[in-house]
Amino acid sequence: MLGQLPILTTITFLPGLGAIAILVLRALMRKEDGASMERNAKGVALFVTLFVLALTALLMVEFDPSVAGFQFVEEAAWLAEVGISYRMGVDGLSVLFVLLTAMLMPICILASWKLEKRVAEYMAAFLLLEMLVIGLFCALDLILFYILFEGSLIPMFLIIGVWGGQNRIYAAFKFFLFTFAGSVLMLIAMITMYAQAGTTDITQLLTYEFGRTAQMWMWLAFFASFAVKMPMWPVHTWLPDAHVQAPTAGSVILAGILLKLGGYGFLRFSLPMFPQASEFFAPMVFALSVIAIVYTSLVAFRQTDIKKLIAYSSIAHMGYVTIGVFTMTELGVQGAIYQMFSHGLVSGALFLCVGVIYDRFHTRDIGFYGGLVHKMPVFAVFFGLFAMANVGLPGTSGFIGEIMVMTGAFQVAPWVAAGAALGVIGSAMYMLTMYKKVVFGELTNTKLEVATDLNAREWINLGVLAVLAIYLGFFSTPITDMTEASVNALINQYQGALAAPVQ
Amino acid sequence: MTVQTLLADLSLMTPELILAIGAMVLLMVGVFAGKDELKVARLVSWLAIGLLAAAAIASMLLSTGVSTTAFEGAFIHDTFSLYAKSAIYLAAIVAMILAINYLETEKLARFEYPVLIVLAVTGMSLMVSSNDLMTLYLGLEMQSLALYILAAFNRDSQRASEAGLKYFVLGALSSGLLLYGASLVYGFAGGTSFAAIAAAAESDPDSLGLLFGLVFLLSGLAFKVSAAPFHMWTPDVYEGAPTPVAAFFATAPKLAAMVLIARVLTEPFAAMADQWQQIVIVLAILSMGIGAFGALMQSNIKRLMAYSSIANMGYVLVGLASGTQIGVWAVLLYMTLYIVGVAGTFGVILSMRRSEGMVERVEDLSGLAQTNPGLGLAITGLLLSIGGMPFLVGFFGKLFVFYAAVEAGLIWLAVVGALFSIVSISYYLAILKRVWFDEPRGEFLPAPAGVAAVTRIAGLSTVVLLPFVALLFAQVIRAGGGIGG
Repeated sequence: MLGQLPILTTITFLPGLGAIAILVLRALMRKEDGASMERNAKGVALFVTLFVLALTALLMVEFDPSVAGFQFVEEAAWLAEVGISYRMGVDGLSVLFVLLTAMLMPICILASWKLEKRVAEYMAAFLLLEMLVIGLFCALDLILFYILFEGSLIPMFLIIGVWGGQNRIYAAFKFFLFTFAGSVLMLIAMITMYAQAGTTDITQLLTYEFGRTAQMWMWLAFFASFAVKMPMWPVHTWLPDAHVQAPTAGSVILAGILLKLGGYGFLRFSLPMFPQASEFFAPMVFALSVIAIVYTSLVAFRQTDIKKLIAYSSIAHMGYVTIGVFTMTELGVQGAIYQMFSHGLVSGALFLCVGVIYDRFHTRDIGFYGGLVHKMPVFAVFFGLFAMANVGLPGTSGFIGEIMVMTGAFQVAPWVAAGAALGVIGSAMYMLTMYKKVVFGELTNTKLEVATDLNAREWINLGVLAVLAIYLGFFSTPITDMTEASVNALINQYQGALAAPVQ
Repeated sequence: MTVQTLLADLSLMTPELILAIGAMVLLMVGVFAGKDELKVARLVSWLAIGLLAAAAIASMLLSTGVSTTAFEGAFIHDTFSLYAKSAIYLAAIVAMILAINYLETEKLARFEYPVLIVLAVTGMSLMVSSNDLMTLYLGLEMQSLALYILAAFNRDSQRASEAGLKYFVLGALSSGLLLYGASLVYGFAGGTSFAAIAAAAESDPDSLGLLFGLVFLLSGLAFKVSAAPFHMWTPDVYEGAPTPVAAFFATAPKLAAMVLIARVLTEPFAAMADQWQQIVIVLAILSMGIGAFGALMQSNIKRLMAYSSIANMGYVLVGLASGTQIGVWAVLLYMTLYIVGVAGTFGVILSMRRSEGMVERVEDLSGLAQTNPGLGLAITGLLLSIGGMPFLVGFFGKLFVFYAAVEAGLIWLAVVGALFSIVSISYYLAILKRVWFDEPRGEFLPAPAGVAAVTRIAGLSTVVLLPFVALLFAQVIRAGGGIGG
């Protein structure tokens, strides 16, 4: 049934239509009735994101996990004169990210329900972001991918800069310029590929063999973009600033989805298109990842701002992803995807938890809090659960991703697995310390006396994520089944390319 | 020359004839139409717009796809020149629409303004159709003289007079350089027609005399597109000249001069590509760098747009430096999208009117997204489009000038351009910071209908054009296929 419907196009552009609808609504109703316009804007945004989620669920049902290639492929002439087309399609590597995006978006809208400042633009920016991000996961054309990848900076720049905290302008510029600087180099590499291979079709580029030297340069250019996006040490410094300043929902999207673009990019482009270069640079990636894991864990331990602590912890967790991807073992790559999906849920939930207390007390300073468990027991349970999931406690989704990555790494380079294991200790150290300071102990700060526990909206948001985090902690097959065929095909192709002689 | 050939030749330059004769008629109308200066100015303005539209339609209808020359090869008629002409006429119409209301409120409404615009456009028309150094110089000077006056059109303003004078003195200097270069080329090639120069260049690509002439020619032309290091006049003239004049300067003349450079380099001097490529690369890098870093310091939005135009000309020259056909059509594509962005941006600048008068500092835009959401969205799209940021349509211009450079083996030049684009995007972001992040400081008065329409249409087109950009590609590839190679 879905074969005939352009479902990917629908999922992608529906949020865009929603954004336009909100802006039109705003233009029409601005003068008369601000409050009802804002209510309508929220309603439209929630409805559209939920509808997209429903369509994505349909897509997941129809998706055939046993096929390694692209499914639901759509193709339309766009710039026929220069060989650029509108091509969409998903495979096991990308479909989960579409799902993750579609899942987190309604949660973000709900989390921003109490927003009062420039509501219509806010909702429109989020819908625009959803459109660009879903589109880039589906894009099967190099230029189309780049347009959506780079375009996603614009709404995020506005979200941080308009609705962010005290130092939001610095953070917004840093976010934009860091990522922009990385991706212009990638653009040149893409143009080089376009000029050499004569096509921008990703399915064709996947099998095109570039020369060894060219691979090295292009790999580095792509790395410049994805490493910043990831973010990897030492180009991670934009992330703590962006996270601290972004509004809660912005942080959720940033950690939950935008950080995954780097990992997805490595899997989609760097490995299959530049196998020799990936093999050559893998030790460097391992080294950087291990440094990131150890270093950022230590940095996280010293933070006094809860959001900053979670931001640093995200960098450490993304270190596992890069390790997993570059082990090029089935277990490692699957683990990396698992880790990304799980991190999307868990870090998103952690930022929501911070949002819960920030909404009540307007501070993220760890020293301010203490003894919240007495006033907010339900919150304490949820926060504890997600903190544990972030640490990687068995029974939560975080554990499975990490153990898969480390096993994969052990098969390739035991020293990497050893380094990664340090991160597990580190994350337990900073997460538990923070949790203890915020939640346990005596309630000494009198300002906390007025604390109220979760409301219905927060219950729904955190509840859904908690169920998923635990479910995926016990049952890994819903994810691994999806990715298995595509990952195997990727690894076979990679090993085949390495075995073949190149000039 | 028989009457038949004369008529055939003249029919090829129908748009120019419409404009030239029309300008004379307009002059008469202006003098004799009546006493009420304001009414006459308005009448002549709309007549001028009609004239330009007629010329645009004529140039579109004339398009046959074959390349023919007229007047013993002095005038060329091909898809390349016709595309450029259509674009120039349309840009001039937009510039006129932007100007009418401004001139009236600033008490500058005089019928000479539209006449001068039409004369300048006639000159540009000749420039893009020139196939001989004589026609080239004729067109260029006709354009320039009209522009000098336009720059100083607000003759009671010291800044405008200064701008006009500065533009004139430097422009005269550059014309001198160009003329000197042309005479050298003439001497060494033995003729002024592009065909003769091409033959001479072919027979001796290393000719030092031709190269010398070429350098001077290029310097003179670089002045017209305000490529660094011949850019000094740009910020002062943009700032000093009345805003609609600056809007005109930033669009049509830039396109005409760039198209002329493309033709001169890829037709008569095609055989010397190795030599001029180095010059163009230097011009490109200097322009991108000076434009990018110069704009960072600006607080006046017109000066900022001047530096932005310098930087953008640098990107166009990156495409041209490739010396390939792809480079030529990438130049056309870039210039077209750039003109749309700049016309819209100047529309926004012309909307920056408070009860106490026009304002033009960047900080006056503070909170625009809140006080006037439509305008805020429009300037966001327009500036990011000029900056070549995806998903706005201006990205394609940047993509294909870089593509042309990479395809010609100049990957490093594309990398340099990409790195400068990080700097240049940051000053567009600095404006957007004002528009979106800062709190409002007073509202602007409602913009006149014409200005509002230009702003909205140009702003919308930066996004709406995306699915249809293929149509533009078809046009520029057809036009760019006519020359070079």
